[in-house]
Amino acid sequence: MKFRRKSGVESKISTSSMPDIIFMLLIFFMVTTVLREYSGLPVSLPKAERIEKLESKRHTADIWVSKDGLISIEDKLFNNDDVRHVMYEKRASDPQLTVSLKADQAARMEIVSGIHNELRKADALKLNYSTKVKAPN
Amino acid sequence: MAIRERKARAGVIPDGGMADIAFLLLIFFLVTTTIDMDKGIGIILPAEGQELEINKKNILNCLISSSGAVLLGGEPIEIKDLSRKVQEELRANDKLIVSVKAHKKAQYSVYIDVLDQLKLAKATRISIAETE
Repeated sequence: MKFRRKSGVESKISTSSMPDIIFMLLIFFMVTTVLREYSGLPVSLPKAERIEKLESKRHTADIWVSKDGLISIEDKLFNNDDVRHVMYEKRASDPQLTVSLKADQAARMEIVSGIHNELRKADALKLNYSTKVKAPN
Repeated sequence: MAIRERKARAGVIPDGGMADIAFLLLIFFLVTTTIDMDKGIGIILPAEGQELEINKKNILNCLISSSGAVLLGGEPIEIKDLSRKVQEELRANDKLIVSVKAHKKAQYSVYIDVLDQLKLAKATRISIAETE
């Protein structure tokens, strides 16, 4: 019986381009992650069960409301009546804009209601009350 | 001269560990980026000047007082019973619009609890009335 002789071809997977692949992955992740841009105000968010995720961070504008009634957008404090101008510009540049309202759980409803009115005037109608997850009981 | 005898060595930087370094960087970035997806209760505000006249019997008023007490249709109710009650009302009348009205000194957390309960009851038509 004649066995065929194994050819001397080395069957090695070339790993020389491995760093390139990994670097590409790295760059992909670095580009796609949106870093948190603004630190906002210190708020303790309320908790809720039936929550939904915000679709995209890129189409989200944050408004912080502290328990003292301070309103902060992009780390600048605003009066209630100035919110509409800021939000109007944001809305005009991004029609898919969702406003994420990060209000403290001890905030008063008059401020929240004021922001509702401002957002309606700015035509930014998609609103999301930012909450933490509460375990269903 | 003996110095001349030095051989020209091939100057190769070993790149076998390159993949490891790149992996390490990748994992570092993956770990350090916090994927804190924002979560919350979403609503759509009505457009400016789009107030509709709605038949009174299709409105269920939900009032929040400054002390955090909740009135549903004129009767005081515990927040945790709200979803069950609203569900019952919705079964009786599927055109029902729940109108949430809060006192201006009411706490935001109570308001969120109420909205949460309404979402739990699958009330899709929620109206946010202005505070008074």
